[in-house]
Amino acid sequence: MARCRELFGCALGYVDHWVNLVSNDGLSGHSLAASKGMNTASGTPPVIKIRAMWPRWLRLPPVLGMVCALIAIWYVAVVPMNVKEVLTAAERAGVEISPPSAVERRDMGNWALVLRNPGALGQSWSSDRPKLPAPHQVLVELYDSTIDEELNGRRGIVRSGTLSNRSLIHHAIITLNATFLGFLIGTALGVTLAIGIVHSRVMDMSVMPWAIVSQTIPIVALAPMIIVVLYSIGVQGIIPKAVISAYLSFFPVVVGMVKGLRAPDAMQMDLMRTYSASTPSVLWKLRLPSSVPYLFASLKIAIAASLVGAIVGELPVQQGGLGARMLAGSYYGQTAQIWAALLMAAALAAVLVWVTGWLERRTLRRMGIRP
Amino acid sequence: MPVIEARSLDLTFETGDGPVHALRDVTLDIAKGSFVSFIGPSGCGKTTFLRCIAALEHPTGGSLTVNGMTPDEARRARAYGYVFQAAGLYPWRTIGGNIALPLEIMGFSKAEQKERVTRVLDLVELSGFEKKFPWQLSGGMQQRASIARALAFDADILLMDEPFGALDEIVRDRLNEELLRLWARTEKTIAFVTHSIPEAVYLSTHIVVMSPRPGRITDVIESPLPKDRPLDIRDTPEFIEIAHRVREGLRAGYEE
Repeated sequence: MARCRELFGCALGYVDHWVNLVSNDGLSGHSLAASKGMNTASGTPPVIKIRAMWPRWLRLPPVLGMVCALIAIWYVAVVPMNVKEVLTAAERAGVEISPPSAVERRDMGNWALVLRNPGALGQSWSSDRPKLPAPHQVLVELYDSTIDEELNGRRGIVRSGTLSNRSLIHHAIITLNATFLGFLIGTALGVTLAIGIVHSRVMDMSVMPWAIVSQTIPIVALAPMIIVVLYSIGVQGIIPKAVISAYLSFFPVVVGMVKGLRAPDAMQMDLMRTYSASTPSVLWKLRLPSSVPYLFASLKIAIAASLVGAIVGELPVQQGGLGARMLAGSYYGQTAQIWAALLMAAALAAVLVWVTGWLERRTLRRMGIRP
Repeated sequence: MPVIEARSLDLTFETGDGPVHALRDVTLDIAKGSFVSFIGPSGCGKTTFLRCIAALEHPTGGSLTVNGMTPDEARRARAYGYVFQAAGLYPWRTIGGNIALPLEIMGFSKAEQKERVTRVLDLVELSGFEKKFPWQLSGGMQQRASIARALAFDADILLMDEPFGALDEIVRDRLNEELLRLWARTEKTIAFVTHSIPEAVYLSTHIVVMSPRPGRITDVIESPLPKDRPLDIRDTPEFIEIAHRVREGLRAGYEE
């Protein structure tokens, strides 16, 4: 860290020098003047600004290109995925299908059917109960089960004053509550364990292997057992889901915090020794502040893992939540409903991680550390 | 009575390649108020000796007292301030906050902390930088802040381990001058590790020449230079003569 600062200080010095030199000669170039202005105004070093000269919007085309490519692949995949149902429906409508026997068709490959019946595939992207819904069908379902349901539904917020229990918003909030509770428990547990591991050799040797082993057990196998065990001692509702969330989210926090709490170098530890600082003092004044960047890196992973944990915890319980929606969708063959819930979960995860990143930038700036 | 008293001090590190004699038979008295420089090539044990005084290393033989106590007791009694080669300021604390760090740990009151931070900042000529963060200061200013941090709790002894080693010559000259002024004002006992001969001669009342494998003292030179030393003193015949003696001592240590 010290070396990094030296380097940075050095670079800062150079750029300042450079800027002064140039502006003294009356040659102040555009980019230099800009970096100098930013430097003095916001106190941010110009080194970062130089990197930021790569405009933000230039990052957009690759991202958009990727999204378009994925959607295109999706639309193409819809055809072979749904071909059997689509051909059966077309046959009922009187179109000639090759081969005409349904039994024969059952044993044929999807692509072969597609190639033999190019004219009968019109319903691929609008079939009623598709194996793979087309992207626009998912979007329609997403709209119907959120905005439309709340605005026009009998139980929507406009008519009843409360969120409809059929809307994804209602289910997302249920999942979010479990996510947050699990995230808090997991983070607290992770930080506590990390502090113990850093200070006690016994804990280092005993806890860490178990923490690693705990993550090798598939959560899908463990979740029902956690729910059953907790139910048998009278705990149900949000707590079992939060426990599963915490189970997934404590691990990245432990790993990150152990590294962060050990981040101070030998010289910084020696300095504390020359003050005869107590262990709590060292923890509070040196180890914890040094670990903040590591903590946030872990929190970003932990919040996403918490969401996954909450959703997995909702699968066996069926008392609302995105997980319950997904499972219900699969019971009733409503694939669009599953995909809509999936998209909702992905959007939630993106927002949660972004909010954590925003908090990170804010905190580090307030701590005077350049992000 | 000397402030630091070492009697046939030995320190052997056990490493994977067998024992390394970091210090052998080091006997030295450092009198109160003196400025003692330790000079020698890398591996001669000068830093190790300083760390022994600070109780960061523990000698394997001989005796060492600091203020008449064992080094560990002296550390607990906060007998010394230590300045490392790198400033090592906490990036999340302002300069004032960094200097207040030892004061917080040692339990000074808020008012006292504030008063002392102002005083030592003035001492190292950094007044007005209290609210700045370390990265907003140059390397030389950061090192001055780290000296202020070591001075803040008013220990009688200042241990400095190549504090200006990473700085350029010009900044170094200025800080040397400032350090002498500071020493004159505070009358502290200073032990100073360096590998620059001019720096050692310019600053010290006593120059301890050391040589490596095993680390030992080959010569202790008492400087005849006056206490008041302008930078020009480096061109006087006396200065050049002492520098010559130091160089001879260093060479002798190599040829043995």
